[in-house]
Amino acid sequence: MATKLPKPDELSRIDYTPPKKCWMDTPAELKPGMYCWGAKAKNLNVVGFPNARDWSPAEEDWKLPKEWEGTVLEGIHDRLSKYRSFRLFMDVCVRCGACADKCHFYIGTGDPKNMPVLRAELLRSVYRKYFTVPGKLFGGLAGARELTTEVLKEWWYYFFQCTECRRCSVFCPYGIDTAEVTMMGRELLNLLGLNIDWIAGPVANCYKKGNHLGLEPHTIKSSMEFFLDDIDTLTGVKVEPTFNRKGAEILFVTPSVDLFADPGTYTAMGYLMLFHELGLDYTWSTYASEGGNFGVFTSNEMAKRLHYKIYAEAKRLGVKYIIGGECGHMWRLVNQYLDTWHGPADFMEEPVSPITGTKFENAKSTKMVHVIEFTADLIKNGKLKLDPTRNDHLNVTYHDSCNTARGMGLLDEPRYVLKNSCSNFHEMPENTIREQTFCCGSGTGLNASENMELRMRGGIPRANAVKHVHEKYGVNMLTNICAIDRATLKASMDYWVPDVSVAGVHELVGNALIMTGEKERTTDMRGEPLPGKEGDENETV
Amino acid sequence: MKIIFSFFTVVLLVLLAFLGLKIANLYYLFGVIIPYAALAIFIIGFVYRVMKWASSPVPFRIPTTCGQQKSFPWIKQNKIENPSSTWGVIIRMLLEVLAFRSLFRNTKTESRDGKLSYGSDKWLWMAGLAFHWSFLVILIRHFRFFAADVPSVIHLIESLDSFLQIGVPLLYMTDIVLVAAVTFLFIRRVVIPQVNYISLIADYIPLFLILGIAISGILMRYLFKVHLVGVKNFAIGLINFNPVIPEGVGVIFYIHLFLISSLFAYFPFSKLMHAGGVFLSPTRNLANNSRMKRHVNPWDYPVKVHTYEEYEDDFREKMKNVGIPVEKE
Ligand code: SF4
Ligand code: SF4
Repeated sequence: MATKLPKPDELSRIDYTPPKKCWMDTPAELKPGMYCWGAKAKNLNVVGFPNARDWSPAEEDWKLPKEWEGTVLEGIHDRLSKYRSFRLFMDVCVRCGACADKCHFYIGTGDPKNMPVLRAELLRSVYRKYFTVPGKLFGGLAGARELTTEVLKEWWYYFFQCTECRRCSVFCPYGIDTAEVTMMGRELLNLLGLNIDWIAGPVANCYKKGNHLGLEPHTIKSSMEFFLDDIDTLTGVKVEPTFNRKGAEILFVTPSVDLFADPGTYTAMGYLMLFHELGLDYTWSTYASEGGNFGVFTSNEMAKRLHYKIYAEAKRLGVKYIIGGECGHMWRLVNQYLDTWHGPADFMEEPVSPITGTKFENAKSTKMVHVIEFTADLIKNGKLKLDPTRNDHLNVTYHDSCNTARGMGLLDEPRYVLKNSCSNFHEMPENTIREQTFCCGSGTGLNASENMELRMRGGIPRANAVKHVHEKYGVNMLTNICAIDRATLKASMDYWVPDVSVAGVHELVGNALIMTGEKERTTDMRGEPLPGKEGDENETV
Repeated sequence: MKIIFSFFTVVLLVLLAFLGLKIANLYYLFGVIIPYAALAIFIIGFVYRVMKWASSPVPFRIPTTCGQQKSFPWIKQNKIENPSSTWGVIIRMLLEVLAFRSLFRNTKTESRDGKLSYGSDKWLWMAGLAFHWSFLVILIRHFRFFAADVPSVIHLIESLDSFLQIGVPLLYMTDIVLVAAVTFLFIRRVVIPQVNYISLIADYIPLFLILGIAISGILMRYLFKVHLVGVKNFAIGLINFNPVIPEGVGVIFYIHLFLISSLFAYFPFSKLMHAGGVFLSPTRNLANNSRMKRHVNPWDYPVKVHTYEEYEDDFREKMKNVGIPVEKE
């Protein structure tokens, strides 16, 4: 099944010379390890996606529906009239190449079709053929080409080698956002049932069960109980969160994967400890148990369908506002889409911190506050007792998630929280952080296992920057505020920079947090002895 | 191939004008009809294209945020790169349009022994800026042909542009800069393998066309010394819709004029429309304030959702068993 992943030194030899032959005449060669399995019929059927069938990208015959060309062209037409971004980005690129070497997939593969400009040209060339006068009249001379099965396969291959990270858009003189083109491309493919199963599965789960992992209500509760036991063992404090509780002041929504897999679980423990210590009147929900949204990796409509439950649950429970956990694409959606989809959220109140009284002015319409903003405000107002020395065994750097950086601008708040929670902090080089941050390499639902080579290649620029601070400053902890990052960067670090671990920012907060009535801690959440407590370990065991 | 094709397309245009005048004596066609037609195509086409873009709505607020968001008073917002107000957006757009802000960020990714570095690379920015600004100045300078009394601003620009005081007639810096910048842009398209790989005919044609215009203009001014009064009479005639065919301006003038006409007519069909498009780009011209103020999607429609009631129906027993409250017992 899985193709063997080459060794790091082999993967890092990358040839950037483009081929002799023009890209239009070079059909995509689907290399194993570089793509994901096709979406299964049963998953597409759950949400009623069209043309559901079991198919395999590796086979010649993709079982395309009859007259699929018509469906695609109609789909393009429809989207051109709905999205100014799409129409404009189809027209104004001057192929200056400024975006070319800004994409982590191009840097990691050297494949020219991974240059953002060329990724967009894959679709643009078809657009020209059917929707522009010069393209209709002059065809190839005007950079236009027909929509064929080869072209369709090429789209599929390369639109699932883009993590919609928007780094290219930062550098483009017209702000052309290839992520936007990829989104449209994926919507078109989705019309033909050509999604990937690693996305279709979570979408189906999320629709029916409320979260990507398909955790049912009782499972959510029981996994949480594990955390509570761990917190008890660590601190002696008994934490008792509530679920689906009406009348709570705040609803907390976060990505489900943090309830399930390390190292995200430590971040979830961090939240539990923090909210307990504050005595926050909040509730979890098993229905709105997912902040992330793999729907957006299929179509805008699906994304809207999945994000419905957040406001619906807030309304049902009668909360005043919502706090959202650490997640990347969730926050692009909250910031740029949620209110437009499901607002106005006038059944809630403008968010005010019950602890500090701070009004979250920037969230007054969505009524949704980022947990990092919430915590930063607590620290600024001196409401948290933090002992950063408990994180002294860590030498920390911070990875900006693409979405919170380029689709929101949440840059200094997490750094502020971190610097108050640990003593050793070092930034990665400036062209790799903040708005210029590099993707983990596996976003937008590309964090499967069958495409591991793609993921490790796409992870090269990020890993390279981590390696730099690892060698220079001895950094051993890569923090972030994204649930996908916590899973994917861990894989990427294991492969590229094995001495570096990965953590959510609230894990460090949880470790530093001095809780009322806690016993003396000897380890951090992971069971690593705290600095200066290494010797005590034998006594307590 | 693409380069040769584009080059000869422009050569063909030059020949067309040359033969049309020398052999067929089509002065009226090349001097009057074509310029008017080209201008009409330019204006109508430009407006049409912009209207077409504008006819598609902006359903979501999708600025690319390139700096710190507005959150707390004690965290310094980057009001330009991540604007939350209209003023911020205006400044962001001005910087983008006048100073090519995004291109200024350009870096060059280099890999040495598996180590990546991203050095600043301002060449493209510099050449782009030099090209566009000198083009603009040259365009403005040309207004002296259209005005009986040349406005003093134009005199000022002319004297600034020729402050080096070289040659007779005085050498304009922008002429040199324009040719140099276009040449640079062309060479970079040829020698940088990646840029070469993505280039289309549509990328070379404008370069050759503009180079052709510049060279014919320079030849006219410095070498052939075309009869200026004739040109001026002709230009004034054109804008007063009372065209006169001037005496003694020579075929080079018509070639220059024909290439300009070609550029104008080609403009609305080409990538040159980025001149209008840049203003409409939703990743740049929107404020990042959609958490503060609701953005409305004009084509929003209801979607099928999975309601809480349906969810509870699926899991009621399981929920009750672990003590999670339910709506219906
Ligand atoms: S930077 Fe923008 S204009 Fe230049 S090639 Fe890339 S998408 Fe096109
Ligand atoms: S959005 Fe990111 S992954 Fe996609 S083309 Fe641009 S830089 Fe590459």
